[in-house]
Amino acid sequence: MTLNAWMPVFALMTSLIAAVVIFALPEKGYRLRTTVNLGAALLKLGLVAVMVWGVFRGVDYGLSYTMLPGVTFMLKADALSMMFAGLSAVLWLLTTIYAVGYLENSPNRARFFGFFSLCVASTMGVALAGNLFTFFLFYEMLTLSTYPLVVHRGTEKALQAGRTYIIYTLTGGAVLLLGIAWLHGVVGDLPFRPGGHFGDADPDIQQSLILIFILLVAGLGVKAALFPLHGWLPQAMVAPAPVSALLHAVAVVKAGAFGIVRVVHDIYGVEASSALGLLEPLAWLAAFTILYGSVRALSQGDLKRRLAFSTISQVSYIILGISLFGPVAAAGGLVHLLHQGIMKITLFFCAGNYAETLGIHRIEELDGAGPRMPGTSVAFTIGAFGMIGVPPLAGFITKWTMGSGALAVDMGWVIAVLVASSLLNAAYFLPVVHRLWFREPADRWPRECRWGKLETSAWLFWPPLLTAVMTVMVGVLAALTFSPLFWAELIVLREYSP
Amino acid sequence: MTLYLMAGLLFTPLAWAVLTLLVGFTRGRLITWAGILVQVLVSLTLWLAVSRDGGFYYGLGGWDAPLGIELRVDGLAVTFVLLTAVVASACAIHAGVYIDPDKPWHRYFWPLFWFLWSGLNAVWLGGDLFNLYVGLELISLAAVGLVALGGSVAALRASIRYLLAALLGSLAYLLGVALMYGQFGTLSIAGVVFWLDQHPVPAGSGLALALMIAGLALKTALFPLHRWLPPAHGIARSPVSALLSALVIKASFYIAARLWLELGEPLGSLAAAQLVGLMGSAAVVWGSWLACRQPELKQVVAYSSVAQIGYLFLLFPLTYSVSESVALQARQGMTLQVISHALAKAAMFLAAGNLILSTGSSRVNALTGVSRFLPFSLFSFGLAGVSLMGLPPSGGFAAKWLLLQASLGSAQWWWVLVLLAGGLLSAVYVFRIYRASFLDGPETDQFYHPPRSLELVPMVLALMALGLGLVADPVLSVMALPLEDGSR
Amino acid sequence: MTVPLLYALAGTVLCGIGLLGLLWLSHLLRKLLAFNILGSGVFLVLVGLPQHQGGPDPVPQALVLTGIVVAIAATALAVVLIRRYYHLSGMTSLEDEPPARKGGRQ
Repeated sequence: MTLNAWMPVFALMTSLIAAVVIFALPEKGYRLRTTVNLGAALLKLGLVAVMVWGVFRGVDYGLSYTMLPGVTFMLKADALSMMFAGLSAVLWLLTTIYAVGYLENSPNRARFFGFFSLCVASTMGVALAGNLFTFFLFYEMLTLSTYPLVVHRGTEKALQAGRTYIIYTLTGGAVLLLGIAWLHGVVGDLPFRPGGHFGDADPDIQQSLILIFILLVAGLGVKAALFPLHGWLPQAMVAPAPVSALLHAVAVVKAGAFGIVRVVHDIYGVEASSALGLLEPLAWLAAFTILYGSVRALSQGDLKRRLAFSTISQVSYIILGISLFGPVAAAGGLVHLLHQGIMKITLFFCAGNYAETLGIHRIEELDGAGPRMPGTSVAFTIGAFGMIGVPPLAGFITKWTMGSGALAVDMGWVIAVLVASSLLNAAYFLPVVHRLWFREPADRWPRECRWGKLETSAWLFWPPLLTAVMTVMVGVLAALTFSPLFWAELIVLREYSP
Repeated sequence: MTLYLMAGLLFTPLAWAVLTLLVGFTRGRLITWAGILVQVLVSLTLWLAVSRDGGFYYGLGGWDAPLGIELRVDGLAVTFVLLTAVVASACAIHAGVYIDPDKPWHRYFWPLFWFLWSGLNAVWLGGDLFNLYVGLELISLAAVGLVALGGSVAALRASIRYLLAALLGSLAYLLGVALMYGQFGTLSIAGVVFWLDQHPVPAGSGLALALMIAGLALKTALFPLHRWLPPAHGIARSPVSALLSALVIKASFYIAARLWLELGEPLGSLAAAQLVGLMGSAAVVWGSWLACRQPELKQVVAYSSVAQIGYLFLLFPLTYSVSESVALQARQGMTLQVISHALAKAAMFLAAGNLILSTGSSRVNALTGVSRFLPFSLFSFGLAGVSLMGLPPSGGFAAKWLLLQASLGSAQWWWVLVLLAGGLLSAVYVFRIYRASFLDGPETDQFYHPPRSLELVPMVLALMALGLGLVADPVLSVMALPLEDGSR
Repeated sequence: MTVPLLYALAGTVLCGIGLLGLLWLSHLLRKLLAFNILGSGVFLVLVGLPQHQGGPDPVPQALVLTGIVVAIAATALAVVLIRRYYHLSGMTSLEDEPPARKGGRQ
């Protein structure tokens, strides 16, 4: 087999081998562990960059083998996988740096980083999966490797949150398995193919296809936090900030949304989905989730919980985008996969900084934190404005694209949803920004730690600033080649005209 | 050459049993290690020979059935022979370090172990119904002895209960054999099939099959005949529990499966098949439910065995008057389930033994802080749990997938619910253990750390169970190899 | 009604008696005796039924010989276990639960 066939495997292996090595290292081997972590992250980034370039030029990366009778294990790198893989690789590097700083002096770091690497390996597998079966394999691996991260602190609350998380995700996994097994029984093993397979489907199986679609979306919707399957997400906030950042920006929620995109685009195909009447209900559900998440966010006093409900709302943008039957809207939804990741991770990094440096967990404690921690607060402000959709930031690009796309297919109500959502975002983000910069701080911070010259540890300081800069740049430079928007348009082009 | 290999598989364990009877525990351990090396090599060679040349018959000493003992090996038999070699070797290595050599009764450990192994091989390789009975009895008596080696009153109670249940099961089976011989005049399964091809099915011949399967179900601890299993598997020493859950209960199931696969269509009925499937489903639910409520770690694992056995019996409804492809998927699913359960359950019991050794207590809530200071043993337990829950890429998942496909393919969608719900229920008790161990406890390490060799064995088994799904295809292709000759 | 058939029917009756005894009696030695009666019943059926159908037949007789040996081994094991159980606990049945014991190497 050629080198090209093995590239996806190498990309997976970097974090798998890193995980094994980290588990084998003694707890006290900080330097070596950090070196392994960062080395593996950089290596993975390099491999993904090579594959991105290759996919752009049309190179074929992938391999497959028969795992079970009638079922193939298939890895394949196409444009959509590279978008997700690229996001994962970049953000993994930054989150690793952040986590090293965040967990300094806390116990069980070997366990944490080992499962962290497994989590990223699973995410990479989800991105590179070539058919639903392989996707499911890595999807469940993701569930298992994130559980120890959620319960990392070992407190009763953490364990309770872990329990809720597992109940939701395993049940979702069972439903998803049913859908996949049924699909296999009806039509056999289908690889992901832009344009889908059911363009001219047999009328006999239409009933089954509709039911299977519902099962698949329900199973994937748990991780994608679609209403009413979102209950696990706010509770999982009890995990350490790097975990929340990873879960909400990169791994878990995006895996769910990514899966739904795969099902609609590459298994069913937009044409078939629309013809079967599946897209409109999905669009309504996504729209409802967008508004619901934003409304609930308004009433949250804990900073991370507010961000959690914001995530619930924002991820459904992706689903709304692809469930509108039009290429521009789909591009808008897809690009939000990247944009939301970058913006949300910024916000979570900042929340973690406030918690670690000043002991702040609740929004009312943020008064005056701006001047005290200027770098972090600038990053937070940029992230918040991006979420609201202030031009020329990333969020604005998404909303503009989706709005134009909605107009193009005569679905004006979507614009109303987008506008309402932006207003709600402003309603729950602007007060926070206001508190940061325009209020006097209380006499004492809840729990202050000093780190030397910078406002906080260097490991914690740089990542949110970097992602904030990225937020600005992907917005400003959206018209360039290799911007996320360009990439999303490429994917949509290959989908709508295979 | 392969003929001698087959005979060797039966007789060398007996020879080793005699050898170890003559010495104490420590020397017996050395002899055993030599023995397991031989057995693993022979089993592997036989597996390779069968995968290349196919299956065959062999009459011992050149005497043919029915007065002579006939061995038959096909793909399924040799797969189980190899599985036994792997799991029994692992348990022996673990037991060599784990079992206390100073207790006087423990000098009988190695002889009983070897008798158990020879009985298992006799069942896998047995060609006719009566020799299967002898093999079953040998297994039961050795297993009962191993359980009783604990020496405590609780161990004796458990072993006596086990013995009575096992004997009842064997006699029911023997009565069935008697009826079958009386009706068909032959002791080999193939012979019965041949006879049924040529004559109409006599009335009441289903009774013989029903008796045999009922007796075997009792020995396999199918709900509601499972009451003997949790005390026996929970109270025995961990390596013994591993052997019992992984291999011993599979032997009686193997015979039941063989009987059903070949005689189910002519002699069974749809109602009987669905009934057995129903009892299997009840086992899955009941066993998982009880596993969640046990305060002791090994009892959780024992009830988990009760639950997992239920999946195996889904073979019955899924192979009765269904299409050829569905029956094949059901058989493949069953095989993978047996193999992955054997590996995972052995890993789980051995890891549980390590954990109990480390924490000094057998209760679940004594596991606080284990994930911090004893991650290796916990990880083996955890990986084994992944296979039991049927999550990818483990063998348990591959088995679940195949059984799902078989259920969907034969439009028996109610088993789909059982399979999926069973996976979720097993997650409840597995995560109960994870949760107890992730709970953060005292800051300092107060645990006893077992020797590395004790911790390595369950890890290897758990990794094998986990990776089984990835290499399922070659395993299944060997398993499907039939016998060369036709019916006799 | 041939003689072998009579044996087979007697065997069935013995099976029934043995089964009832095994399940309902609580004294362990009596259970063991019931098991032996059950075994004898099965052996009678094993010899009687085929010989009723087809005349004298060496195969079931060989089988019964093996079966008797197996039954002896099983009975011996059972007696050893029951004796030891009685010695340690003073009880002759499994009915009553002894007081719960903790600890011990499992």
